[in-house]
Amino acid sequence: MIYKAIVFLPLIGFLIAGLFGRSIGAKASEYVTSGLMVIAAVLSWIVFFNVALAHGEGHEVIRVSVLRWIQVGGLDLDWAFRVDTLTAIMFVVVNTVSTLVHIYSIGYMHHDPHRPRFFAYLSLFTFAMLMLITSDNLAQMFFGWEGVGLASYLLIGFWFKKPSASAAAMKAFIVNRVGDFGFVLGISGVFVLFGSINFETIFASAATYLPAEGAADAHNAVINLFGMQLDKAHAITGVCLLLFMGAMGKSAQFLLHTWLPDAMEGPTPVSALIHAATMVTAGVFLVARMSPIFELSPDALTFVTLIGAITAFFAATVGLVQNDIKRVIAYSTCSQLGYMFVALGVGAYGAAVFHLFTHAFFKALLFLGAGSVIHAVDGEQDMRYMGGLRKHIPYTFWAMTIGTLALTGVGIPGTMIGFAGFFSKDVIIESAYASHSILSGFAYTLLVVAALFTSFYSWRLAFLTFFGKPRASHEVMHHVHESPMVMLFPLAVLTVGAVLAGVLFEGRFFGEEYQEFWKGALFTSEHNEILHEFHHVPVLVSWSPFIAMVLGFVTAWFMYIKSPETPKRLAEQHRVLYQFLLNKWYFDELYDFLFVRSAKALGRFLWKKGDVAVIDTYGPNGIAARVVDITRGVVRLQSGYLYHYAFAMLIGIAALVTWMMLGSSF
Amino acid sequence: MTDWPILSAVTFLPLVGVVLLLFMQGDTAHGRRNVLNISLGVTVATFILSLFIWIGFDKANPGFQMVEKHNWLNTGISYHLGVDGISMLFVILTTFLMPFCVLASWEAVEKRIKEYMIAFLLLEVVMVGVFVSLDVVLFYVFFEATLIPMFVIIGVWGGKDRVYASYKFFLYTLLGSVLMMLAIMAMYWQAGTTDITELLKFGFPAGMQTWLWLACFAAFAVKMPMWPVHTWLPDAHVQAPTAGSVILAGVMLKLGGYGFIRFSLSMFPLASEHFAPFVFTLSVLAIIYTSLVAMMQEDIKKLIAYSSVAHMGYVTMGIFAANAQGLQGAIFQMLSHGIVSGALFLCVGVVYDRLHTREIAAYGGLVNNMPKYAVAFMIFTMANVGLPGTSGFIGEFLTIVGIFRVNTWVALFAATGVILSASYALWLYRRVIFGALEKDSLKGLLDLSSREKLILYPLVALTIFFGVYPAPVFDVTTASVDLLINNYSAALQAAQKLALAVH
Repeated sequence: MIYKAIVFLPLIGFLIAGLFGRSIGAKASEYVTSGLMVIAAVLSWIVFFNVALAHGEGHEVIRVSVLRWIQVGGLDLDWAFRVDTLTAIMFVVVNTVSTLVHIYSIGYMHHDPHRPRFFAYLSLFTFAMLMLITSDNLAQMFFGWEGVGLASYLLIGFWFKKPSASAAAMKAFIVNRVGDFGFVLGISGVFVLFGSINFETIFASAATYLPAEGAADAHNAVINLFGMQLDKAHAITGVCLLLFMGAMGKSAQFLLHTWLPDAMEGPTPVSALIHAATMVTAGVFLVARMSPIFELSPDALTFVTLIGAITAFFAATVGLVQNDIKRVIAYSTCSQLGYMFVALGVGAYGAAVFHLFTHAFFKALLFLGAGSVIHAVDGEQDMRYMGGLRKHIPYTFWAMTIGTLALTGVGIPGTMIGFAGFFSKDVIIESAYASHSILSGFAYTLLVVAALFTSFYSWRLAFLTFFGKPRASHEVMHHVHESPMVMLFPLAVLTVGAVLAGVLFEGRFFGEEYQEFWKGALFTSEHNEILHEFHHVPVLVSWSPFIAMVLGFVTAWFMYIKSPETPKRLAEQHRVLYQFLLNKWYFDELYDFLFVRSAKALGRFLWKKGDVAVIDTYGPNGIAARVVDITRGVVRLQSGYLYHYAFAMLIGIAALVTWMMLGSSF
Repeated sequence: MTDWPILSAVTFLPLVGVVLLLFMQGDTAHGRRNVLNISLGVTVATFILSLFIWIGFDKANPGFQMVEKHNWLNTGISYHLGVDGISMLFVILTTFLMPFCVLASWEAVEKRIKEYMIAFLLLEVVMVGVFVSLDVVLFYVFFEATLIPMFVIIGVWGGKDRVYASYKFFLYTLLGSVLMMLAIMAMYWQAGTTDITELLKFGFPAGMQTWLWLACFAAFAVKMPMWPVHTWLPDAHVQAPTAGSVILAGVMLKLGGYGFIRFSLSMFPLASEHFAPFVFTLSVLAIIYTSLVAMMQEDIKKLIAYSSVAHMGYVTMGIFAANAQGLQGAIFQMLSHGIVSGALFLCVGVVYDRLHTREIAAYGGLVNNMPKYAVAFMIFTMANVGLPGTSGFIGEFLTIVGIFRVNTWVALFAATGVILSASYALWLYRRVIFGALEKDSLKGLLDLSSREKLILYPLVALTIFFGVYPAPVFDVTTASVDLLINNYSAALQAAQKLALAVH
């Protein structure tokens, strides 16, 4: 019952605000949706304590069936909830952040005329996300997956009058669909290999899926995937890669990342909820959930590591030079998601989910803080027109600073002193180093460099926004004001999370209490020793993120506080590199040329040349012309074609019947 | 229930309306009102009556039910009706869509309303007739007869190029029909009966199956329509009045799919297996090619028409995958597409009635003054895209799973439709609905009237209902589809054994 309540309360909120928002008014819509979310969040914490933190046996997977869905052949799907530790963690993350964002939006969207619609969308998103994390089979997960995509589309395009917002919304949906293309095929592949797409069945048969070494049928082909005859081991790699393609789309990984920065066109609370804390982590959740089958394929995990490491590095480089405050944080999100995927790739699933957990708090904090800044300076998002805001908006300043400390991973290695990001990021970097993956060194190096960049762009953001001389116009500076309580309260709650989430939970997520905490929700094969090995890395390795962090801080301090003319000079000296980074490695231009323009050109070509010039000319029009010639020459009938046709048919039927009568008399 | 001829009653009830209408005057305002009321009453009554078919339907029975059989002229041809799990829901779909067509024509059709409604009621008779016929000749008569009312509807009440469009429609279909008639003659020649239930059991020799399959394929592929014989559809849709488009997309395209299942797959299993790669190729081409073409359309109706062709690609692919997921998915996709594409054409009708243009460029920013319309249009767009939770997803997903089991390459190409459909549908939505309201011609538009709400809201409800709870459909179709697949694989195995024995 409690699970149904958690999942369906946001849906009820959506329906009330969506259907009756106009009649009950904006205030009522806000309070109803936010109130229901508060209840859902409280229930989520209760579930978290009962399921994840409870000790002892008897707390295995809870399954709640809701409704039949699709029963076709061997495919047997229900709407059902599957609740284990992983789900409980996601409950807490999603509902806490969502509740805070609902409350924050009451202040942030104060002047918007479409508030009922906004809150309805937020609740719809929350519902879809909850369906995703409670899913009991891949199809229901896909429902949540696409549902959050829809909500994201609606919210990015919330200000529908802005052409850039509509374009960004569409881009987000379509790029996500590229990932979904792989996801659907992956689901089909799972069905072919396991005969089911219910998690229960998949996980049960995954344990004995791989044939024993030297078994007679070890190399028999089980599937022909895109022309390749694959045995069981390779088939699972193929299926994992297809599923991972879905994860890449949703989590904005390298090559499918282009939608995330553009998604910042949406209102800032949306960016905090969807494009930082929850939806974009769905890809991480997918891989973690499917860990029993990803564990079977070292090759797929290597690919996950590769993409994760590249994303962490690539997004951090782009983040270095962006001027829009939200875009910096967006690239930072992209980069942090890369960290999570590296953790998944090296088999440290617990570390990945741990980073997901801490990241949700401090990244939501940073986004909501940025929203508070934007609110203060009258909608300006360009950091070049900010500066010196520290004194004017002190609460926001401190919240952002704590968020930055958490993101950059400030803490003292070897002790339990540090902000949330310190714990989760360091275990990922150490795991990357300790793993036996062939990409171990590669991933480790890129992650440390990315940590340096992270520190640099985060402090750059802080310095440009809050320090130095004000660069905004006199008029704007005159109006700068701290946000109302309803916006500051969520910041305060998230601040607590950004400070404490790491130190409180490290032992459970990825430490001594790992087994008791997860209770098998994450699967690791017997060869996976990463949980123990990451402790035994050299001292220099465990200090390396700390060193990178300090270096980044000092560089940022030097360039934006000590000698503010340096960045400009550097940009001019390295013009090409600067432009390359500023234009995000030119991915948008490349994709526009490769896919958008060529698809449009091809579509036009097929239409004008294929349909009109070939098929019609030689098909109906050609025949028509001949028919017209013939009718002109032979019979000069005045009738319309209808009569021809009716006549022809009559004759046909008459002939048929006659023939039948004759036939039957033989 | 069994001795009461419910199928005949449902099929011919609209004729009562036709008779009544013949005595009406459609020219005066009063007469027009009467014509509309009678048409609405008759179509609603037919729908309600048809629901008794569903209620009385035995889900566990895979064979034909509610059978009526009378000999006709002692010729071997009989008046033989019946429904099974495959055909029953198409009857309901047809009777369900009819009242919406009447409502959609309430104001849109200005001239000759009486004749217009007569054409629609006749169309309903023959469409239902196709689905309930259990005699090939009867089937053929109904199948061909659907063309005449539709031809008239497009040709008389259509847009400005209506003659060209109806002509093209006629030419394409003529070719298919002629070949199908030859096939029917050959089938009779071979099996000595025109009874579909007998023919299903007959088992045609392998060599003959090939020819029969090809001849039937021509007829059904045109109806479907499959690439490359699809070009009549966009023109027909563009020129047809709104209600005509609804029936065209909602029901007439399904005649092709129904034919493939009832004839090609069931009666010619060996040929179906042999030609499956060919059908897959055409299906994949349809999905990719027409999706790309749809993206570049400048006319809203044409865009939706092309998207219908793409969606029918999933249907043909699913049918010839010949497994439970593929076939059930194909049937579900047809039913869902009947509702969704019908609804999309009704949505176009809503703005066409106001502005009398279908140019995409003439619109933009409608969400500002038509928010309810924007919501309805959004839901149907998402269903068209195949978003889970709408009925559009179930069929698309099942057909992809079904084909993946047979051929992963086909699945790969078909799945690109997931991306392409999002591209054209969302781009259309963005151009029509989003943006600021800048064009003067659009500023005075009013949101949905109560008649339009009555049309669109039930369809919204059904689209979501069947996306969340498709079980009522699968409950009906499962038994018959399982039987079909068993027979199909049994036929293939028998042929293999025979081949082995010969060698």
